Amino acid sequence: MITAPTIEYFALAPLLIIFGAAIIGVLVEAFAPRYLRRAVHVPLTLLSLVGAFALVILQTIRGVPTTPAAMGSVAVDGPTLFIWGAILVLSFVSVLLINDEEQFVPSAAAVPGSAEEEKAITEGAAHTEVYPLALFAIGGMLLFPASNDLLIMFVALEVMSLPLYLLCGLARRRRLLSQEASVKYFLLGAFSSAFFLYGTALLYGFAGTVDLAGIREALATAGGTETLLLVGTAMLGVGLLFKIGAAPFQAWKPDVYQGAPTPITALMASGTLVAAFGAVLRVFWVALGNDSWNWQPIMWGVAALTMVVGSILAITQTDIKRMLAYSSIAHAGFLLVGVMAVGEAAQNALALSGLLFYLVTYGITTVGAFAVVTMVRDPGGEAWHLSRWAGLGKRSPKLAGVFAFFLLAFAGIPLTSGFFGKYAVFRSAVALGQGWLTGLVVLAVVASAAAAFFYVRVIVLMFFSDPSADGPTVVTPSWATSTVVGFSAFATVALGVFPQPVLDLAEKAAKSLFVQ
Amino acid sequence: MTTHYLVLSALLFAIGGIGVLVRRNAIVVFMCVELMLNACNLAFVTFARQNGNIDGQVIAFFVMIVAAAEVVIGLAIIVTIFRTRRSASVDDASLLKY
Repeated sequence: MITAPTIEYFALAPLLIIFGAAIIGVLVEAFAPRYLRRAVHVPLTLLSLVGAFALVILQTIRGVPTTPAAMGSVAVDGPTLFIWGAILVLSFVSVLLINDEEQFVPSAAAVPGSAEEEKAITEGAAHTEVYPLALFAIGGMLLFPASNDLLIMFVALEVMSLPLYLLCGLARRRRLLSQEASVKYFLLGAFSSAFFLYGTALLYGFAGTVDLAGIREALATAGGTETLLLVGTAMLGVGLLFKIGAAPFQAWKPDVYQGAPTPITALMASGTLVAAFGAVLRVFWVALGNDSWNWQPIMWGVAALTMVVGSILAITQTDIKRMLAYSSIAHAGFLLVGVMAVGEAAQNALALSGLLFYLVTYGITTVGAFAVVTMVRDPGGEAWHLSRWAGLGKRSPKLAGVFAFFLLAFAGIPLTSGFFGKYAVFRSAVALGQGWLTGLVVLAVVASAAAAFFYVRVIVLMFFSDPSADGPTVVTPSWATSTVVGFSAFATVALGVFPQPVLDLAEKAAKSLFVQ
Repeated sequence: MTTHYLVLSALLFAIGGIGVLVRRNAIVVFMCVELMLNACNLAFVTFARQNGNIDGQVIAFFVMIVAAAEVVIGLAIIVTIFRTRRSASVDDASLLKY
């Protein structure tokens, strides 16, 4: 007799809602008349995100499950619920930005500048597919950090990435850059996921299972020196580190962040980063936690290189979106410091809560910063070149002030959320009491100081130089964009002045650690 | 002997990896990625035999589905950029740099 597998529908409900809404979105594309589609998609997308968030809260209140769901393949535990909540909030604000139809191409298949494209513009065509695509990507983001075996993780990685490859190529302005970003992201992303998959294959060969707990058990008996294990870990690491944009796998990030439509960049810079870090933590802590002396030295080098590359190359950037991309690389380096701070259960909980808090603060600030970028426009699209931002503080003091505040939060100045994020992660690394990690924290602090230089440079440029006569215009934001900027600015202040509630929440989520 | 199959799979993966790095046509680069995925499949099936369970064989099916989805997305993207530039060379697409 074969026993049917059990599925914990309640635990998986947030995922099911998001994927269900995405499928309904596809049906809307197929059957609803063109003029109705947007009117259906926007509420459907936003409501499904709210519904999933409500379910996450309900689950948190009803108590976190202590066993993985769906026959051990999806782990809905404390950290997962926190990460889900964070991703859903960040996706909600990103979808508010996506709502701006000015950002997306009317007909992606038409050659830029052709008569066909002209026709699409005059007809008022629009790719409302971006909503279901974004929902599929968000669903993948939710599944990625929750997956408790490497096969589900691989599928989630692809479900998250494939829609993003397409979305990157849909920018309305600067079509060539957008298409190029899409090709680059796709080819490099597919390349890296092949590495992830080969790593999975080797670990399967080592452990006889792709279950994270199974790999952990196999490690306990093997001693951790097997070739299959070492090579498999390295290849899995390449795939995961690519997704977070750690050096030397960071090359795609500036290109893709620049070329993609800015709302999609906001979604990638916040949601994807949170999801990818959740997956990194799960693989390296749950499956390979007993093997930490093997991966820590490599990850030390990667983290050091990432923060140095991110901070130094950001200084040379002349494009605002590329600069924010390099800033994101540097932040990935700072976050990796926390990933290495593993030890006893209490130490792990400390490091995990720091990481969760940092991810939330960074995600919210980065969405806000990209929202501001969408509002500063030239006749040909957004004003990306830094020289165009000169004197913005005199033209539009409110917007420049908010942007300056976001930049200070990236730099980690006290009274912004960025300060407490960095503090929480670095504190956990120092608490481990190992010289090699404390040394890395010193390097991270130095790198943050170097990074502060280019943030301050933009602030000086905005406030202390004269605006040019033909400077960019600051568009009157739609209600959605102003909500996003307002929310991000409020959260950045609130978490900077009064971080305790969210810190407590992160601590509570981290206390139970990952389900083994 | 499963070792031969593993060596073959590693060779295919390496050929694919080198192809991605040295070839210039986006379609060929993409085919090399597919070769890498198939090398993974071979490794999965071999390990399934070696470990004496069928997990690896099941995974191979999942990988095929994912690879098919990737082809759909990938060709769409490459065809779009080809229509714009009349070239599928990854060297020509060089507006984004530094």
